[in-house]
Amino acid sequence: MPERPEEPEPHGPYEPYGPFGPYEYEADGTLAGTGPGAVAPTGTGGTMDLAAGEAATLRRPPSPEPGPGPEPGPKEPAKARHRRGKPRSLWSDAWHDLRRNPVFLASALVILFLLVISVSPSLIASGDPLSCDLAHAQEGSTPGHPFGFDGQGCDVYTRTVYGTRVSIAVGVLATAGVALLGSVLGGLAGYFGGTGDAVLSRLTDVFFAIPVVLGGLVLLSVVTSDTIWPVVGFMVLLGWPQVSRIARGSVLTVGRQDYIQAARALGASHTRLLLRHIAPNAVAPVIVVATIALGTYIALEATLSYVGVGLRPPTVSWGIDISAASPYIRQAPHMLLWPAGALALTVLAFIMLGDAVRDALDPKLR
Amino acid sequence: MRHDDPRTPAPGPAPGTADGAPLLDVRGLRVEFRTRDGVARAVNGVDLRVAAGETLAVLGESGSGKSVTAQAVMGILDTPPGHITGGEVRFRGRDLLTLPEEQRRRLRGAEMAMIFQDALSALNPVLTVGDQLAEMFLVHRGTSRREARARAVELMDRVRIPAAAQRARDYPHQFSGGMRQRVMIAMALALEPALIIADEPTTALDVTVQAQVMDLLAELRREYAMGLVLITHDLGVVADVADRIAVMYAGRIVEEAPVHDLYKAPAHPYTRGLLDSIPRLDRKGTELDAIRGLPPSLTDIPPGCAFHPRCPRARDECLTDVPPLYAAGEDRGSACHFWRECLHDAG
Repeated sequence: MPERPEEPEPHGPYEPYGPFGPYEYEADGTLAGTGPGAVAPTGTGGTMDLAAGEAATLRRPPSPEPGPGPEPGPKEPAKARHRRGKPRSLWSDAWHDLRRNPVFLASALVILFLLVISVSPSLIASGDPLSCDLAHAQEGSTPGHPFGFDGQGCDVYTRTVYGTRVSIAVGVLATAGVALLGSVLGGLAGYFGGTGDAVLSRLTDVFFAIPVVLGGLVLLSVVTSDTIWPVVGFMVLLGWPQVSRIARGSVLTVGRQDYIQAARALGASHTRLLLRHIAPNAVAPVIVVATIALGTYIALEATLSYVGVGLRPPTVSWGIDISAASPYIRQAPHMLLWPAGALALTVLAFIMLGDAVRDALDPKLR
Repeated sequence: MRHDDPRTPAPGPAPGTADGAPLLDVRGLRVEFRTRDGVARAVNGVDLRVAAGETLAVLGESGSGKSVTAQAVMGILDTPPGHITGGEVRFRGRDLLTLPEEQRRRLRGAEMAMIFQDALSALNPVLTVGDQLAEMFLVHRGTSRREARARAVELMDRVRIPAAAQRARDYPHQFSGGMRQRVMIAMALALEPALIIADEPTTALDVTVQAQVMDLLAELRREYAMGLVLITHDLGVVADVADRIAVMYAGRIVEEAPVHDLYKAPAHPYTRGLLDSIPRLDRKGTELDAIRGLPPSLTDIPPGCAFHPRCPRARDECLTDVPPLYAAGEDRGSACHFWRECLHDAG
C-alpha cells in the first residue's frame, strides 16, 4: 500500500479565496499616502491635511444599505416606499440629511452671501475701492466709513467687500481646475492601472515634494500679469496631485465592486463603465476634498499675495490689504482685522461646508 | 502494480446534441494568478461542453476554480493578476480567446450573459433598477430611451416582480434579496442570449426563496431554449435543474456525468465524499461523513492526483500520475485511476 500523508494537510493551511482568486491589490499602498504625514510637505496648511484625512475615511463608497438588520421580507420595500413617498437615491438621501444639518445651513448661508456680494459688491458697498484720499490715511471708524481707512486712505469696508470677488473667484476656479484635472487623471490611472498609473503615482509624489510657498515664490515671481490666472494656474499645478490620489484610490475601490464586474459581464464598454458606473460611485470623496480645499485655496491666495507674488495692485484682494496693513498693526489694527476677519470667515465657511457634506455622504461616520 | 484496462483518455462525454458543434466548448483551459506569494494555478486544464438548451452544473468547493473558469469564459477575468495560460474557449465555433476585445464585449450581454451570486453588490447602487435594465437595450440595441424603459418594465414583469412599472423606479437596496436576484436574472435575459452562466445564483438567498428563484431560472431557460452553466457548491440545488454535472477539484474536472447517473453511482471518490457529506434525515444520530482534510492551496497543488492526500482509495500511482478524464461508461467521465472500483462499490 502506498504511504498516505498523515493529517493535517501537508499543503499548508487552506486560504479561502474569493471568487477572483488569491491575489492582493495594492490599494492599501495607494491610499496610505493620503494620511496627514504625506501631505504636510506641501505646506498648504492644516486644512489640506484635514481634507485628505477625511477623504480617506470615505474610501469605501457610501453604502445605501439602510444599516444592518434582518433582510426585509418581499413585501417590506413596497410598504417602505409608500411610507417615504418616493424612492431615494444616495444623493437625495444626502440632501435630505444636509437640509437638517445646522452646520450646513449656517455655512451655506454665509457662502451664499459671499457669492452674491462677489457677483455684485455694489449691493452693499456704494463706494469705489480705488478712490482713496491720503488725508484720511489710517483713520478709524467714522460715520459712513464703518471700518475706517487704510494706509492709503482707502475705505476699508469697500475694499473688504470688493476683495470677496477675487478671493472667491480664485478659490472656485482653482478648485474647479484641480478637481477636474485631478479626478480625470487619477480616475483613468485607477481604472486602467499599468504603466500609466505607475508614472502618474510617481509624478504626484514629485509634486507633493514641492513646498507651496517656496514654489509660489519661484514660479510666480517671474510672472508679470495682473490677472488672477497665474495664481489660479499655479494652484491647479500644485493641487491636482492631491485630488488625483484620492480619485485614484476611490476608483480602485469602486472598480473592484461586483456591480462593475457585472456591468462588464453584460457588455458595458470602458467609457460607459467609467462614466455611468464608476464615476457616480467614486465621486463623493473628491467632492469632500474639493469643498474643503476651496477654503484652503482662498487662504493660499492671501498667503501668496501677502508675500508679494500673488495678486498685485490695483487688484483688490484681502491678501494684498493684509500685507499692506501688517506693518501698522500697533497704530491701526482695524486695517488688518477687517480683511483678515473676512478671510477667516470665508475659509471657515467652506471647511464647515465640506465637513457637513462629508457627514452626509458617509453615513457610517455617524 | 499497473492498472490493466486500456487507458484511453476519454474525448469527453458527448455534448448532448448530435448536430454540429456544441454551444460552448472549453478545452484545456488554464488560468493562473501571479501573486507575490507565488503562482496560484486556479484552473488546470478544464474541458466543458454545453449544448444549446442544456443545463450543465459545475460543482465544487470554494477555491476549486469554478468561478474563475466562468470569468475566463466570459472574458471578465482581472488581468493582471489573472492570466489565461492555455486552452481554448469556443462559443458557437468561434475561439473567444483570440477574438479582439471589442468584438468580445459585444458578445457579452447579447449572446452570453452572467448572473452573479449577490445581486445587492452586483447592481449599481446609484442607478434605479429600471435604468440598469434599460441600459442593456441602450448599449447593445441602440433603442430609444423610452422604448428601452418599456422593455425594462416588460422584463421585470417577465421575472414576476409585482408592480413592475412602479418598482422600476426603485433602487436596488429597496428590493428584497429574492426580488433583487430576479432583477439580476432579468438583466441577463434582456437580450435573450444563447448562453447564461449563473455563478451561485441562489447562495445569498434563504432556502424558500432559493427554490423560487431556481424554478424561475429553469423555466425561463426552457422558454428561451438557452444553454445554462450553473455554478454552485450546493448539491441540492442542482439535482432538479441540471442535465449534467461537472465536479471540479483544484482547478480540474474530476467527474462529469448526467445528473442521475452521478447521484446514483459516483465514479470518483471526491464526488462520493461530497454526496456522503450531505446531512440526511434517515441517518439522523450518526456521524456525518465529511471529507477529511482541506482543499489544497492553489499555489501548492499536490503532484499526481490533486485529491490523493484526502482520498481513501489513494495508492502509489495516485501520488505520481495525474489521472486523465477516463470514459467511465456512456456519456460520463471520471478522473480517477480506480473509477471502476468506485462504480462497483457504489453499484
